Amino acid sequence: MKKRFFESPAASFKREQTMATIVVDVMLKPEILDPQGNAVASALPRLGFTFATSVRQGKRFEIEVEGDVTPAQLTEVEKAAEVLLSNPVIENYTVRVEK
Amino acid sequence: MRIGVITFPGTLDDRDAARAVVAGGAQAISLWHADADLKKVDAVILPGGFSYGDYLRCGAISRFAPVMELVIEAANNGMPVLGICNGFQVLAESHLLPGALTRNSDLHFLCCDQELEIVNNKTAWTNSYSVGEKIVIPLKNGEGSYQCDDQTLAMLEGEGRVIARYVGENPNGSRNLIAGITNAKGNVVGLMPHPEHAIDELTGPTAQGLGFFTSILNAMVK
Amino acid sequence: MALDTVVIAKSTPDTVQPFAELGLKPDEYARIKEILGRRPTSSELAMYSVMWSEHCSYKSSKVHLKQFGEKAPYSDALLVGIGENAGVVDVGQGYAVTFKIESHNHPSFIEPYQGAATGVGGIVRDILTMGARPIAIMDPLRFGPADAPDTRRVLPGIVAGVGGYGNCLGLPNIGGEITFDETYAGNPLVNALCVGVMKHSDIKLAKAAGAGNLVVLFGAKTGGDGIGGVSVLASETFGASGPAKRPSVQVGDPFVEKVLIECSLEIFAEDLVVGIQDLGGAGLSCATSELASGGSGGMKVQLDKVPLRDPSLSPEEILMSESQERMCAIVEPSKIARFLEICAKWDVTVTVIGEVTDGKHLEITWNGELIVDVPPRTVAHDGPVYNRPMAQPTYIDQVNNQKVIVPIPTTAAEIKAAVLKLAGAPNLADKSWVTSQYDKYVQGNTIQSQPDDSGMVRIDEKTQLGVAISTDANANWSYLNPYQGAKLALAEAARNIATAGARPLAVTNCLNFGSPEDPGVMWQFAESVRGLADGCLEMGLPVTGGNVSFYNQTGSVAILPTPVIGVLGVIQDVRKRTPMSFTESDLELYLLGETGEDVAGSEWAFLHNQRVGQSPVADLAREMRLIEVLLEGNSFFVAAHDLSQGGLSAGLTEMVLRHKVGATISLDNPGIALISETPGRVIVAINKSDYAKLEALAVKNEIKVSRLGTTGGDSLIINESIIPLSELSKAHTSTFSDLFG
Repeated sequence: MKKRFFESPAASFKREQTMATIVVDVMLKPEILDPQGNAVASALPRLGFTFATSVRQGKRFEIEVEGDVTPAQLTEVEKAAEVLLSNPVIENYTVRVEK
Repeated sequence: MRIGVITFPGTLDDRDAARAVVAGGAQAISLWHADADLKKVDAVILPGGFSYGDYLRCGAISRFAPVMELVIEAANNGMPVLGICNGFQVLAESHLLPGALTRNSDLHFLCCDQELEIVNNKTAWTNSYSVGEKIVIPLKNGEGSYQCDDQTLAMLEGEGRVIARYVGENPNGSRNLIAGITNAKGNVVGLMPHPEHAIDELTGPTAQGLGFFTSILNAMVK
Repeated sequence: MALDTVVIAKSTPDTVQPFAELGLKPDEYARIKEILGRRPTSSELAMYSVMWSEHCSYKSSKVHLKQFGEKAPYSDALLVGIGENAGVVDVGQGYAVTFKIESHNHPSFIEPYQGAATGVGGIVRDILTMGARPIAIMDPLRFGPADAPDTRRVLPGIVAGVGGYGNCLGLPNIGGEITFDETYAGNPLVNALCVGVMKHSDIKLAKAAGAGNLVVLFGAKTGGDGIGGVSVLASETFGASGPAKRPSVQVGDPFVEKVLIECSLEIFAEDLVVGIQDLGGAGLSCATSELASGGSGGMKVQLDKVPLRDPSLSPEEILMSESQERMCAIVEPSKIARFLEICAKWDVTVTVIGEVTDGKHLEITWNGELIVDVPPRTVAHDGPVYNRPMAQPTYIDQVNNQKVIVPIPTTAAEIKAAVLKLAGAPNLADKSWVTSQYDKYVQGNTIQSQPDDSGMVRIDEKTQLGVAISTDANANWSYLNPYQGAKLALAEAARNIATAGARPLAVTNCLNFGSPEDPGVMWQFAESVRGLADGCLEMGLPVTGGNVSFYNQTGSVAILPTPVIGVLGVIQDVRKRTPMSFTESDLELYLLGETGEDVAGSEWAFLHNQRVGQSPVADLAREMRLIEVLLEGNSFFVAAHDLSQGGLSAGLTEMVLRHKVGATISLDNPGIALISETPGRVIVAINKSDYAKLEALAVKNEIKVSRLGTTGGDSLIINESIIPLSELSKAHTSTFSDLFG
């Protein structure tokens, strides 16, 4: 970790409003070839890690909203996940709230 | 004949597509992604490149461009649309074509002179070729692996909607060596390889890509 | 920590400042205090520390690089010379071409993908900032031993980075080099070249002229990328145990740069800037001080206006940040509205951060308080100049007096084995594993790319005017004799251009060396520069600019001295270029130039662990006569291929495998003939009926011509050795996939 010689006043300012995070995880459908996941699975044993039988790689979206999460917001996020964040032809997604 | 060539932020092969349009005998009209205006063109090409840096997924953001609303409408009304490489990805994300293009199976970007077999010459973009004709045009992408579920694959094959297949070793893991497909009406075609880079032997491996750009003139004459 | 302002600095002269940890020596710190008449503020200290680092100030190399100016040959093609972001040459028909090579070595060892990617990004911006549309890139790369585990970490990452960034920018990769040697093991070399084209009237310079004109920052937002990268990384060498230091390496976004290119070109087309500079090493510190120096000298900047990706950055960090994809323009107030409109069209972040003044200082404020008040030339141009001690290293006499001991193939079987061995040697093997990761087709004007002798792009689709570029280095020769090595590399690059039928016009260079604090390395550097300068003068090719990378060492082991020379040339009609190889049988093959016993420094010697002997001696007068033969011969040569590493063996291998047409060759003294690397030789293929023309041309230019044989068949036959093309191809093309998967 690099030593920082100069610290700005802004660095010590902390926000105090409540924020919530909605997490959308997107993974390739099980039947779709995942070459990146396979590459990771091959690399692990080469580094001495033998715990994995398989690896799949996906994407995680962290969406911040002000205040607490409402059901309406969750529905909207689901729609966004369906239309933009994932490609339903090849991907599945899950939506959850993270405090 | 006026053929529109769309430029999204990050589009790279628009000038090359325009050059090929002119070489084919038509007029190339530049279309800007943010303008909901097709400028009265007779056909549209979505060229190759890395629109929006391939952020999120290739073509995922371009698909929502103002110009695309008009393209989708026009395509559904029969206007010929050709999506090359990134353009194919945009057409898939827009659901004008089924399936999806994913990361090459060996994870490397691949630029090579690829042999293809034309298997459907009834579309607006392939009628200059004969069925079974083999051509060599450049393939250059990192996400060219055509994927779809078994049902879609059966439909595409059953309805003869595959327009071109890779010959020889599968360069990217595409199902059934699919290099290009068409919609049911034959006006919307998606192709991963780049015909616009094979219009003369000075700058390309062959001039065999020109057929895509002469086909469209034949199609309009009808 | 409270903000350190000029007012505070004046009143607290004895504050202890961390100048040493920022890379400044005590005498340099003292000089800063002398210049300012007080201690520097922490922001000023940050600026001086990055700008006076070896990488930015060239303090160890300046005294030697002067020779490029002092010994510059007259050339009326040179429009912009050394000193600007890149050199510019007139190529005719109103076109100007700008080109340059740069290095990004140390970051690429730490983070191969991003190091290489941002290396490409940086050189492309240098070309863009001259007012040109970038049209092609090339990548000379050097790695540790091909079969070393760390090479397997570094090479694929670097290649992916060059491809990932260059492909996304839409720039064809038209050539490069890949060389392996143990001295690069902890210090790979990533040199990137970019070439751009514009009309003469489009040339832009980095100067801030006109009081009242606006200083405009556009492109990506500023974050904490590479803070201290330049001064810390490039002025320190790595410990032998690996990358123990991990300062933040810059992360690039080629999409942002692509959009920046299109936006900038539209801005240039409407003549909206007075001066422009890209932000590379040393970021804003560099851009503001260089622009101010280039103009009348006065500039005011409000640093708090810089748009930030990371709002916690301090002013010092903002000044040192090396966030990528940023440019700084000087814009007249009457033109700013249109400038902003174009940026909005491309969705490019743009902010007016200051203005040009009629003072003599660069003044930077933070929320109204003055934190930098310096004479800009002292930051950007009047940095320390060192006359480092140099001494011919003891190894030179030792190696020069030793004879190279290698087996010379004599029997048919030995000859076949030697040809196959050279064909599969990592330094000579087929590089498609690498080059197929690069787009060579985009923009539709690539005429030649790997594996041709030079890259060639068309710049006018109506007249078919084109330019050809080659980058070359022979570190083995430079090790044995740095003076000759540089001259020989220059000759090689120029010959590569001429082989295709293009006339060499101008030179760029990337000088990669070990630590300048080592007198032996400094001697290697000085000799290389002297050789290049003398060579350029003799050949009439001006150096238009270049790059120096020092501190390429692993512990105390310096890399081989590696001056990479780039030559650019012009061809009037790309359709008339001489291709590298033949597709027909029954052509006659001739060798232009004489073969001597030049095995020292050759690939054959390298494969037999022989690093001794004397390098060839460059005969530039003869090279120039050979160039004339190649240019005039273009009218009837069917094909021509330059010989370099791997000698005649590699040259024949490459020619027959290009289009899979064999050849039957007769050689006297085949062993030496095949492995020697005597410079100044080219294989040409002609129709039998053109022999008289070839002979006349050679006689006129006093170039030796000897018959090699004929083309045709499915084997390479050398005297009694029959090497089927299938076997030769397998040896040539398996190496890289076997090594890297």
